[in-house]
Parts: sequence; C-alpha cells; structure tokens
Amino acid sequence: MTSSRKPKIALVGNPNSGKSSLFNHLTGLNQKIGNFPGVTVEKKIGHSSLPDGTSAEIIDLPGIYSIYPRSLDEKIVAEILLDHHAPTVPDKVVVIVDGTNLKRGFLLLTQIIDMGLPTILALNMMDLAAKAGISYDFNALSKKMGVPVVPINARKGVGLDELKKLMAKPLSPPDRQIFSIWANAKAPVQELREALNVDNDYEAYQFLEQPQSLKFLSAEKQEMVNSIRLKHEFFPGKFQGAETIQRYGFIQDLLNEITLKASDNSWKKNSSKLDRILTHKIWGYLIFFGLLFLIFQSIFAWAQLPMDLIDSGFARLAGFVGSILPEGPLTSLLAEGIIPGIGGIMIFIPQIAILFAFISVLEESGYMARVVFLMDKVMRKFGLNGKSVVPLMSGVACAIPAIMATRTIENWKERTITIFVTPLMSCSARLPVFTILVALIVPDEKALGFFNLQGLALMGLYLLGFVAALGSAFVMKLLINVKERSYLIMELPTYRIPKWSNVGYTILEKTKAFVLEAGKVIMAISVILWVLASYGPGDAMSKAEENVLEQSKNMRLTEEGLKDRVAAYKLEHSYAGVIGKGIEPIIKPLGFDWKIGIALITSFAAREVFVSTMATIYSIGSVSEDDSSTIKERMQAEVNPDTGGPRFTPATGFSLLVFYTFAMQCMSTIAVVQRETKGWKWPLLQLAYMTVLAYVSAFAVYQILS
Amino acid sequence: MAGSSKNVADMRPGEVGIVSGFTDDHLSVKLMEMGCLPGAAVRFNFTAPFGDPVCISVSGYELSLRLEEAATISILN
Repeated sequence: MTSSRKPKIALVGNPNSGKSSLFNHLTGLNQKIGNFPGVTVEKKIGHSSLPDGTSAEIIDLPGIYSIYPRSLDEKIVAEILLDHHAPTVPDKVVVIVDGTNLKRGFLLLTQIIDMGLPTILALNMMDLAAKAGISYDFNALSKKMGVPVVPINARKGVGLDELKKLMAKPLSPPDRQIFSIWANAKAPVQELREALNVDNDYEAYQFLEQPQSLKFLSAEKQEMVNSIRLKHEFFPGKFQGAETIQRYGFIQDLLNEITLKASDNSWKKNSSKLDRILTHKIWGYLIFFGLLFLIFQSIFAWAQLPMDLIDSGFARLAGFVGSILPEGPLTSLLAEGIIPGIGGIMIFIPQIAILFAFISVLEESGYMARVVFLMDKVMRKFGLNGKSVVPLMSGVACAIPAIMATRTIENWKERTITIFVTPLMSCSARLPVFTILVALIVPDEKALGFFNLQGLALMGLYLLGFVAALGSAFVMKLLINVKERSYLIMELPTYRIPKWSNVGYTILEKTKAFVLEAGKVIMAISVILWVLASYGPGDAMSKAEENVLEQSKNMRLTEEGLKDRVAAYKLEHSYAGVIGKGIEPIIKPLGFDWKIGIALITSFAAREVFVSTMATIYSIGSVSEDDSSTIKERMQAEVNPDTGGPRFTPATGFSLLVFYTFAMQCMSTIAVVQRETKGWKWPLLQLAYMTVLAYVSAFAVYQILS
Repeated sequence: MAGSSKNVADMRPGEVGIVSGFTDDHLSVKLMEMGCLPGAAVRFNFTAPFGDPVCISVSGYELSLRLEEAATISILN
C-alpha cells in the first residue's frame, strides 16, 4: 500500500501471438472495455493481482506488426507508446512474441525497446516451439536485448507466475538503443529533445517520422516539431525501409547467437493440407456458405427458446409489478415503460451471444483469414476489401460491433464504404419487426412440400438487405474518387483448435458492450415513448372521460366499451398521437396510418422499439384485460376505417417490411459511425440515403401491391 | 516490365525463389515488416479460386498478397 496509483502494464504483440489468451489468463473475469481519452478506440482493461500482494492494471493493446501505423488500430498503439508524459503511458510494457518464429515479433520488440519504456519479453507458444525441436539460449537473449525474458504458454497459463513476479518488480527502462539513428537525423533529434523535453533519441526520431501520430501534442508543440523537421529537411517515411533492414540485420545476428536448435517447420504441414481443401475453388466456397447457413440456422433455432423465455418473463414481471403497486403514474412508468424497455434489450442477448460465439471460433481457429482470402477478389469488384466480409457478417447481428470491426481495413475508401453499407445488412434488431409482420401477412404454409413460406419470406428480406448493401457499395465505389492504394498484405495464421475460454470472454465482452451501448438508448426511448403516449397537449387528456361521455351520451355504452373509448381518445390526443397524425399525410402513400406513424417515430431511434410501440399502442388502445391476446392478434384485428378491411393488408405489410429493411432507424449506429469517421458528414449522408431508399422502395411496393 | 527480372506474381504453385528486391517503396516497408526480406527464400504456395490473391511462405510465415502486390517483389531463382 505504498502508493494509491496502480501500475499500468500494457500488452503489446503481433496479431496471433497469443495476446488475448495472456490477457484473459492474467485478468480473468476482471476486465472491462473503456475508451482511450481523446481517441475513440475502445481499450480492454483488466486487473491482475501480483505475487507481492499489489494489483496491476493490465491494458490490452490491438495487435500490431510495427510501430509505424497503417490502420487505425495500429495508430492507437503508436500514439500511446509515443506520449511519455500522458497519464495513459504504461509503466511497463510486456511484449509477447511467438516463440516458434521470433523474427517478426523481435522487429516490434526492438522498436519498443528503443522507445525507452521498461520492457519485459514474454516468449509465447514455447510448447509448440519445443515440439518443433526449437531451443534458445534465454540468458544470451536477455543480455543482448537488455530486457528480462520469460518463456510462457499463454493457452495453458504456464509460466505466468514468473511473468507476474517480473511485473511486480521495479524495472528500469532498457539501457540501450538498438537502432542507431541516421547521421542526418542526429541534429534535429537533439534539437527536439531539448525543445520538447523528449525522453530519448528514438522517441524524438518518431516525432520526426510520424507527424500524423502526434495528436497528443499541443498545436504549438506540433508546430515546433514541424519547423524543426523543415529546417533539417527531414522527410517522414523516407528511411522506414532502411530502418527495418537495419533492425532485421541486428535480429538475424542475434538469432544466430541464441538459437541452439532451429525448427524444421514440420508442424505447419497440417495447416497447408487443410488449406488445400478450405481454399479450394469449389470446396472452399461450399464450406464457407455451409458455415454461413449453419450460423443463420443456429441464430434462429437456438435463440428462439431463450428469447421466448425472456419475452414472457418480462411480460409477467410487468404484469406482476402493475398489479401489486398502487395505481399511479409511477407504477405505470415502471410497468409500461421501464420493465418492457429492459426486456427489449435483454431479448437480443441470445442472438448476439450465438453470433459472436461463431465469429470468435472462426477467428480463433485461423479460418477467418481464409474467408478474407477467398472473398477479396469478389469484394473488390464492389469497392470493398476481403476484410469487409467480417463487418458485413457481423452486421447481421448488430451494426455497432460490425462498424467497430472495420478498423482493420487500412484503406480509407474501402473502410468508409464498408461502414456506409453495413447498416443495410439486416441486424438482429430488425428480426422482431420482421417476425411479427411476416407472421401477420404471410400464411404459415409450406410451398413445394417442405419450404416454409414464412421462412422463405424472412430469408428474402435478409437477401434484400445484402443485395442493397452490395449495390450501394458498387455505386459508392464509382462516386468516391480517391487515389489511395489499397492492399491486402495479410498473414494466414496456422490453423489451431480455438481456445474455448477466449470464445467465452469474447461472447461476454460483446454482449456487455451491446447491453451498455445500445441498451442505454433503447431504455431512454422506452421512457420517452411512455411519456409521449401518456401525456398530451392542452387539457384533452385530463378531460378525456368527460369528452367521451359527452360524445356518446345517446349511445348507451357498457362500462367496458366506455373504457375502451376513453383509452382510444387518450391515445389519439397524446403527444404521440399528435405526432403520428402530423406525419400521416407523408406516410399515407406507403400505406401507413397514424398508429404506424407513431411506431415509425418512436422506432426512429431504435427499430426494435416498433414491436414494443405496437404493444403499447394496442394495449393502451384497448383496455380489454385479456392477457391471452397477443400483439399479433391485436394487430390482425385492427380495421382500416377507410376500407373497412384489415389494417395490415399484404400491401401495407410488405411496404412496412421493405421500409424497415432499408431505413436507418438506429440512433446507436449513427453515433458509432460519427465516432468512427470522426465527423457528422458520413452518418448524416448515410441517414439521408437510407431514409430515402426506404421511403421510395416502400412507396413502390405499396403502389404495386395495392 | 522490360528486362528479364522475375517477380513473385510470375511464380507457379510450389516454386521457390530468393527475394532480391522491391519495385515499390511504400509496399516494401510493409512487406519487410511482415517478414518478406531481401535474401529470404520465398515459396509460392497456392492461389485463391480466381487466381488472386496468392499465398506465399517466407521466413516461416504464410502471407496472402494480391497479385499486383506480389508483382512488386522481385525474385531470383
């Protein structure tokens, strides 16, 4: 208890070096997602108790190959490690290197050592290295690099005690610089160090090399860096290649000295045999689409039961709370606003958990890189990148994590297009809207003996969203004219059995992110909706009973009938009713009335609110205390006063379905796009585009069908 | 493309060569960071179904590159 401040320890390493396994082992369930101050990228933080009784804050940084950033993920690491005077700077850095092949990990290690932060080297996968017959001289390695070395097996948690001991011990920064700075950079580096109080030569050298990563400096200081760079005619990027060659030269010498026995690479043979099948021109695609099909099936089949349980559980809870508490606005807010609101969030958890279980298994096993490899050529035709496949697939669960997953796409144009079209993929929030409307207008019959018509309609809607996404991407590819090189230099990692606990952590992390990020919005909307539906302008609400009595004096209504009329009157005169009626002229050509209008307004912020709005409208609109009548039945019974027929005809139903397929209707997505594109231009363009697309398509569908 | 210099995009599956240099400065930094170094042995493994991208082995790593990127790596064999 010497200091109140916990030491910060950052984990840095190549992608696929086992960083997340190590992080999960060190922190267990003790982790959370936060944001880096200033930058908008999420960071994973956890706490680990060290052998000396203290506890350290462990920060998991995105996997990188080099301190020179190309993608957004890499940029964050560069910024954090460069800014030695910020509160975010780690006290120690643990560099994780794949023990079966040290070269590339060591390139990053030597860069980190040169940055002058106290560094520990963790050699991971030493079990695989031993199997491949590799052995190293750890003592010689530690002496040459000037940092402590621990062999570990992050998958099994072997060697972590030793690592934790090192984490707890005081550690001074490495006493050497591995890269010797070019002669012509010495003068500006010296000048920078004096002017800005920079800790060491390489950090100052990075200031010269990476003008784009210096956001943490004040404008005034950035100006100073710029003027020093100009004065000495130092061009950023010019010497990066030469630096890499110099470092690899050092690494090769070092490897020659410390390698007692080299690998024969035989353990990789399994991997290439698998690749012959998994990237085969027929089998490869068959397996990929088979997997996609399996994922869809499980999302729908396995999620149904828990979703029904959650649904009925919350309905019962709301009824119970409504019955035991005294009648009044607070009880009504709780039973009709807050509890259904929480239920509306919880209901998505099963689907999101299943989707991320699959995605994380595909990523852990190394298969995802093969999907990128298989799809790159096709995706490029649409202005996308092989790496766009993952966001588009994740978009089927939720656009929010999907859009965050575009960070691995280095090319700005491809990344922007991916972000722009991902919300067109039918996310799980559309599913409840689809389910209820499809059940309403498509008969539950079989076509050709075994195709369920409702199932086909649902699949058609997903296809429609997918086609719209690709089509929009293609148009954008033609519209955006940027000359930026796109490339796909990517590692194809060795296939591995997924580590199940990592899969579990991913599920937990993504579900939590959804509940907290999207949940807040849905919750707020539910409460606002309740207010809108319960209060109205003027005294129409408070005088509802009188007015209805006045109107129906000669009608000899039963008490029940009177209650119905009062409720209907109240809804019509509430704020929600006023707004719904206000937009009725605009949405009438789509086949919608003011009640659907209310649902459109409330679900503008989160489309899944459509169903709960329908529930609210119809339960308020009809006071029959008949709990067995579901929303679907109530909607079916709704009559269109103009025609005398049912409100939800196929024309109206399909028009609504198409509207919900294309419309943005998600506040959280807008917020995430704003964050990821760092501005309002793209989210607003996207909102306008999707709304117009939805309106025009729904209009066309209604006019053709009716 | 004058001259007789060969590049990775010209290789056939199974063929092996030595990286002799790069024709694109910008890409060369990324390629070297990924382990594709001058003097290293490179093996052309296989291509994706439409012939692009391709998979190579170099320095013990398996990398995937687009054909146009592979064409910037000059080889000797």
